[in-house]
Amino acid sequence: MESKLLVEERKIVVPGETLAKGIDYLPGFGTYKENGEIRSKILGLVKLKDHIVSVVPLSGVYIPMKGDGVIGIVSDVQIASWIVDINSPYMGFLPLSEATNEFVDLTKFDITEYFDVGDVVYLKVNKVTKRKDVQLTVKDRMCRKLYGGNIIRITPAKVPRLIGRGGSMIEMIKKKTGCHIIVGQNGLVWIKGDKETLAAKAVLMVERESHTEGLTDRISEMLDREAKKEGGKDE
Amino acid sequence: MSEEKKLIVNGKRLDGRALDELREMEARAGVIPRAEGSGYFRLGNTIAVAAVYGPRQLHPKHLTDPLRAYVRCRYNMAPFSTKDRVRPGPSRRSIEISKVIKEALQAVIFVDEFPKAGIEIFIEILQADASTRCVGLNAASIALADAGIPMRDLIASCSAGKVDGEIVLDIAGDEDCEGEVDLPIAYIPRENKIYLLQMDGLITKEELKKAIDMAIKGCKIIYEKQKEALKKKYEEFEVN
Repeated sequence: MESKLLVEERKIVVPGETLAKGIDYLPGFGTYKENGEIRSKILGLVKLKDHIVSVVPLSGVYIPMKGDGVIGIVSDVQIASWIVDINSPYMGFLPLSEATNEFVDLTKFDITEYFDVGDVVYLKVNKVTKRKDVQLTVKDRMCRKLYGGNIIRITPAKVPRLIGRGGSMIEMIKKKTGCHIIVGQNGLVWIKGDKETLAAKAVLMVERESHTEGLTDRISEMLDREAKKEGGKDE
Repeated sequence: MSEEKKLIVNGKRLDGRALDELREMEARAGVIPRAEGSGYFRLGNTIAVAAVYGPRQLHPKHLTDPLRAYVRCRYNMAPFSTKDRVRPGPSRRSIEISKVIKEALQAVIFVDEFPKAGIEIFIEILQADASTRCVGLNAASIALADAGIPMRDLIASCSAGKVDGEIVLDIAGDEDCEGEVDLPIAYIPRENKIYLLQMDGLITKEELKKAIDMAIKGCKIIYEKQKEALKKKYEEFEVN
């Protein structure tokens, strides 16, 4: 059978739409194969890379994957572990052994010294089982407790756009606002700095207009304009 | 003695439609910002709005299935949706419709991708003028796709029936109460499968086949409308 690609790249497709036929194409994320046809599973944009056809989602909840950096809020402290809300249908599990290398005598030491209910932590997803039990760790680069600042929530599907190619978008926002910003793959964004409101405005603008072109330039323009306005007020 | 009202005159129906013509329709995606996904569908005077929440943690906990997501569906008619006030709250009828809609949707969602989670679908009928379950299902299908939930295909639904001895598409208005047969179906064009079929009234085997074929034709038109609505939501932003 002849292999054929039936849709263009970056086109919007709906569930059930046939993307490609034949054996020269492989089904990637957001697609399924049936009767030799690759079809879309979700509403999204078509992506083609090395003969792998996949669909980039435009909406949806966060499903944990191994290696993701996420922002979590501790929701429960257990005897030697924590339950962390990671803005997903599944709760994260952080065992004490993944929080510290030291020996902790549980009879004498209160583990809320490390993390307590309500603490905001940047974590890595260590392992996800088939039944979606999520194991987290803080033994990784960048992982730490986040003090102060504000958290805003965006659609997890828009996170890659907010980061930009090679981190270009988020680096630009960081530089122009002078804020510390940490983006979790789960759609939570932590912002701390003097211009928190401005940074949050930029982040929300990225979320709203994520599938348009030339967005980085427009965000940059908006930040410059707002910064000028702020400067004018001071004088 | 009252004279019997004719429902079909010269091949035209009460509202002037041909026998195999759908009512005018309108579809929209993303009408409820707080929901993960939402859809609006109107077929003539029947209006439905659907909202999808989740996949999210399921309550009560004992309903969780360790291998697949639990789909919960609620079909509800607004008290003001008909000429007589509908008593609010679940009734025998709405519980049954919720169940058949849930089973149709469950068959198209990839439920095994979200073990232990729950997907909640709420369908509100704002105005009822026959075929409410079909319109509700169409709205729910748009809402599910808008929520980014993986599905085999969009599910389209419409009804056929027998009125004055003729097989007609999309029963509406008086045809519903005075017609002989009402036959709603839900259909997936890609796989050529029917996931919902109900019927009341008496019909012969040949007529049933004809009615199903006609309803499938209607579903295909509705399917295109649903696709268009979903694409339209994002295209207005897209530059290229």
